[in-house]
Amino acid sequence: MAVGKITFTKTEREKLAEVLWLLNWISVVTGAILFGLGLFLKIEIQKWQEVMSEQGILYVPHMLITTGLAACGINYLGSKICLDCADTNKFLRWKLVMIPYIVCTFFFTACVLVGALMCYSIRSQLEEALYLGLRNTMRFYKDTDTPGRCYLKKTLDLLQIQFQCCGNTDYRDWFQIQWISSRYLDMTNSAVVDRVRSNVEGKYLMDSVPFSCCSTLSSRPCIQHNLSNPGAHAHYDERSQQLNLWRRGCQQALLDHYTGIMQSIGLTVLLIWLFELLVLTGVRYLQTAMENVIRLGDPESESEGWILENSLAETACYNFSIIKSLGKCYQVDDDPNINVPTAAADQEVPSAQVQVNVTS
Amino acid sequence: MALLVVKFDLKKRVKLAQTVWFMYWFAVLAGILVLSLGLFFKIELRKRSELMDNNESHFLPNVLIAMGLIACGINAFGGKVCYDSLDPTKFAKWKPMLKTFLVFCMGFNALLIVTSLLCFIMRIPLQFTLAEGLKNGMKYYKDTDTPGRCYMKRTLDLMQMEFRCCGNDNYRDWFEIQWVSNRYLDFSAKEVKDRIGSNVDGQYLMDGVPFSCCNPSSPRPCIQYQMTNNSAHYSYDHYTEELNVWRRGCRDALLSYYGGIMNTIGALVLLVAVTIGLQYVDTSLSTLANPEDMESESEGFLLEKTVKETFTDIMAKMKTMGKGAKVEEGGEEGVATVS
Repeated sequence: MAVGKITFTKTEREKLAEVLWLLNWISVVTGAILFGLGLFLKIEIQKWQEVMSEQGILYVPHMLITTGLAACGINYLGSKICLDCADTNKFLRWKLVMIPYIVCTFFFTACVLVGALMCYSIRSQLEEALYLGLRNTMRFYKDTDTPGRCYLKKTLDLLQIQFQCCGNTDYRDWFQIQWISSRYLDMTNSAVVDRVRSNVEGKYLMDSVPFSCCSTLSSRPCIQHNLSNPGAHAHYDERSQQLNLWRRGCQQALLDHYTGIMQSIGLTVLLIWLFELLVLTGVRYLQTAMENVIRLGDPESESEGWILENSLAETACYNFSIIKSLGKCYQVDDDPNINVPTAAADQEVPSAQVQVNVTS
Repeated sequence: MALLVVKFDLKKRVKLAQTVWFMYWFAVLAGILVLSLGLFFKIELRKRSELMDNNESHFLPNVLIAMGLIACGINAFGGKVCYDSLDPTKFAKWKPMLKTFLVFCMGFNALLIVTSLLCFIMRIPLQFTLAEGLKNGMKYYKDTDTPGRCYMKRTLDLMQMEFRCCGNDNYRDWFEIQWVSNRYLDFSAKEVKDRIGSNVDGQYLMDGVPFSCCNPSSPRPCIQYQMTNNSAHYSYDHYTEELNVWRRGCRDALLSYYGGIMNTIGALVLLVAVTIGLQYVDTSLSTLANPEDMESESEGFLLEKTVKETFTDIMAKMKTMGKGAKVEEGGEEGVATVS
């Protein structure tokens, strides 16, 4: 009981081969698109790599890049095969390659699906990486004289300006770290010394934020200092406070940015996966139809094509038994050709009797 | 003695026609390029029209857009003529128009060259518009409650951050205007009253700049207020401090940006004009080379006579046209006086 049986006439077979040739070429283009998407994602992640804590999320664009390159190769080979498949003589050339090719393409299509699903599932990992990365970057904001950290101030300022965000979750995160380097603090000033002494860890903390937190939407010049004391500024009402600084946290801003990109990429990859599946089904039908034609002997006759020769359960059993026998190959029990030396040579049984034993 | 005579047999004619058809479609793409350049320039001017006092001239981008559209049309038409030129029946209906078409194309090409020259020249009026607009922009920075000017603060802040500039010529321009609105000044404070009192016009001036002037590359947090007072900040010397705020003036920054755009557009349009001009040469060779009988050889030339003779011919034609008009006038006058 074959799965998905369809009968093909000669012209239908030739038409199928032509259509598949075209679809394979289109798949080469979609493979290139996949490669391009992977490259784009890699560049986007590397742009703000300094504010992400580990490199863990780079495996997604790498997966997309390798899958894209594989798609180009596999589909190019596929187009060559399909072009030859229209003619039974040329098909014989490819006959032995077809089954491995189809199995390979099946696994490759599964990889494309995995790539698409990864794009959607990476959100939680990204959230963690951004939280830790931003916390560290804010801590090292003042270390513009330490090699390896001297550009973190510039990166964080540009990030806050471009994504219109402030701090990790909120602008108040800046109140909890010392973001002014001790090099620029006047330690002879009593106010400074008092503040440093009153802190447990000896840090100079203030209720102010860097200039990059300032919102361009505010109708008044930016208020960066004495933020927890609204009375210190003239006419600093609730509305002014809302518009003064960026309210969003940078973790949320970056998360939204990357999630948006990855969702679009994930959707495109899913569409590409569906297309590849279609091409794979077509190639399978063509392969089975051509093999049946050769089996029937008459190139002009109709032939049947199917996805699986027997039902799904039977095919699964058959494949399992093949895998089992592959494993058994390395065990020595049933093979009559192997001469297993026993302790006494005169106990050797004549070969005819051995054969009878095996066949029963 | 014709100019640049080349012999053509059928194969060569077909090859020439194909090449010229190809070049016509390339020219259509070039026309689309000019159109998109014009659109891009128009959008860039629109984006910052507030800083140019809403006074900027959109003449140049409009000309570029028109030229791009006309180029597309002419070259598509030329391509169609070229495609038909190998079929004598179809070609017969185009043949009478051909000469005028070619002359028209030459004229259009000259216009393209003039446009590219305009691109280089129009920097100068733009310079004046920008200078005026920026000065006013800074004056209206604080007027976020006045309709018509309420977005000036935002526009200026975004511009200073994007172009990495501060003030008109440099950051000291901000010291000369009041950029903090009276709404946000505490008039009961002594310091505010002193400062306003000491100013002739009653303006609140200070040696501070808006936050958008701050340079993120500075190793220390931005010093925006009391910039000329070294003692107000620890380890600070405003004479030697270079990375604190942007040093460049916004007029220079915007000018070099728009100047760059216009130079690039001018160069590209010149390139397009030269490329198209070359293929009109090919066209005259190809179209004049088509005889009635397809199989025979024919001669193709650029001009029927030498350059000098063609020129004298044109002059003679113009003189006869002028004389023809005069004779008619005289005749009419004669008729009038008779009666």
